[in-house]
Amino acid sequence: MFNKKFMEELFKPQELYSKKALRTVYDRLAHASIMRLNQASMDKLYDLMTMAFKYQVLLCPRPKDILLVTFNHLDAIKDFIRDSPNILNQVDETFRQLIDMYSCLSAGEFQLIRQTLLIFFQDMHIRVSIFLKDKVQNSNGRFVLPLSGPVPWGTEVPGLIRMFNCNGDEVKRAEFTNGGNYISPQREGSFDLYGDRKLHIKFSIKAENAAPNPLAKEELNFLARLMGGLEIKKPNGSEPGFRLNLFTTDEDEEYAALTRPEELSYKVINIQATQDQQQNEELARIMGEFEVTDQPRQSTSRGDDLLAMMDEL
Amino acid sequence: MYRKERSVPLKSSSSALYNNLSVLPLRDKQLTYFAAVHGSSVSLASAAPGGLSVSHRQLQAKEGAGVGCNSSFPFQASWCVLPSRVLLVLTSQKGIQVRVLLPFLGSGKGGAQAVFARGIAAASGRFICVGTSSGLVLVFDVPSKGTNITLSEVLEEHRDSITDITSEDGAADLVTADDSGALCVWKAKEEFSLLTRISAFGWTCSSVKLWNGVIAAGYGNGQIRLYEATGGALRATVSAHARWIYALDLAPLTGKLLSGAEDSYVQIWKLSRSPDTGDIEIEHCHSECVTDTQLCGARFCDPEGNSFAATGYDLSEIVRYGQV
Repeated sequence: MFNKKFMEELFKPQELYSKKALRTVYDRLAHASIMRLNQASMDKLYDLMTMAFKYQVLLCPRPKDILLVTFNHLDAIKDFIRDSPNILNQVDETFRQLIDMYSCLSAGEFQLIRQTLLIFFQDMHIRVSIFLKDKVQNSNGRFVLPLSGPVPWGTEVPGLIRMFNCNGDEVKRAEFTNGGNYISPQREGSFDLYGDRKLHIKFSIKAENAAPNPLAKEELNFLARLMGGLEIKKPNGSEPGFRLNLFTTDEDEEYAALTRPEELSYKVINIQATQDQQQNEELARIMGEFEVTDQPRQSTSRGDDLLAMMDEL
Repeated sequence: MYRKERSVPLKSSSSALYNNLSVLPLRDKQLTYFAAVHGSSVSLASAAPGGLSVSHRQLQAKEGAGVGCNSSFPFQASWCVLPSRVLLVLTSQKGIQVRVLLPFLGSGKGGAQAVFARGIAAASGRFICVGTSSGLVLVFDVPSKGTNITLSEVLEEHRDSITDITSEDGAADLVTADDSGALCVWKAKEEFSLLTRISAFGWTCSSVKLWNGVIAAGYGNGQIRLYEATGGALRATVSAHARWIYALDLAPLTGKLLSGAEDSYVQIWKLSRSPDTGDIEIEHCHSECVTDTQLCGARFCDPEGNSFAATGYDLSEIVRYGQV
């Protein structure tokens, strides 16, 4: 996934992907490994990913923090692949490209990027059980927006009015209660290749240690736990690999597929269809990069399975 | 002081864009018109007092022939009241719509940079001013009859994307604001001339209003600043919100100011000028929290400021409040 060609394509200035296009990229990414999911489990995984990302983009205290979110994700990935120098190099290279392209953007430009991303997520209110349990999401699918906590770096705690005369001298002060319960911010997060990002958008699953929890690592841990029902099927015929079921039983999975509301169905576009759209050609070319030619490795632990999948891409 | 009234339901939810609510009260028809941007279309709703008999329309940002597979996102929709007629002006990445599509003028810089128009105001009884992503402000001359709208002037002062434009007839006629936080104050006669330039202080100015020679500006760090329109002197700073301000509005008959931000709050303020010292004063009147909503638009629904409305990202209604 971090190979040079794919990254080059991603870094080209382009319009926001349509929902169909993104879902197709996602499907191909997932299936480019030894992982196999059927429609219902893939839908559920995609829902989890989009709602988690929507939450992060929505709750960024400052627009520039969406870059910190990306850095958080890359930090977590680097943690998984620290024993593979090749991949580590590619990720570091991606890091450098992100820093080159984005660190000089103004807050206003970041806000425009964020507003554009929010258009993609608009009207998605899929309820995620772990969000509901943690009271991060309401039962109507909307995210809880806290009215307390530290204000973003650079903002003052609301409450103070200062008035000046025509010479610029302060002549009057007044205070008001704004309704929230805010406090001053701590240090600004680091935008360097290595550093403490200081961005804790609350989403912890289990281990709430004193140490900061990179958000992306929790997501991957969650996915690994869901994969507890992992069974490596014996290869018969040409399709080796394992099947991932995100539901408790196979019957549940079939039922979910049948009863999924129509409006939530993702219509995955068929790349093979000959449509005269330039964007589809671009995507088809990118997808071509993902062909898995090697045999998947057999590995002993679950963590290694994830690593193996990432290595194959 | 204000109590919540019946909301106006929308067919689709509002997008996270600055100043994303336009309100047109029509006193004689006893109707209020609302406009807000959602994704690739503009939602129009009209409501009678009490929120009864609401009607809807959805305007697609149609661009004509030769469009690629991506639709163009509207950035802002605003009612412009001119003495002779009322227009709905829509801006998007591809151009500006005033009932008739005006294709994008200026730089044909496509490709690597986002090109769009944002910031709409009617000025001096005959102009429509629209800002662009390059910092240019386009001034259109609108005849009292017919569709022959012409580009009369291009104001080249800003170096960053325009965020908002406001106007008022008086000592200063037009104020333009940009992404860097810089403000320009203009006077309109046959042409527009620059009166003052107010420097940025490091934060985007997302919304700006003009009242009795006082400029009220809302910024990305949650602060509201008041400036003297002639001269540009800073007269007040208010740590008003804990997040990015998205909208300001002024009630011209009373000097009430409202601010809406991503922190879920609408705050109501009162502006006044001390008769002895001439100093500008601002006091806080009221707070209203729209739970779990990042506000993107907020407006008074009448010129006294007795009622107001707001939109939020992902919210499929216009929330309304009236004075008790």
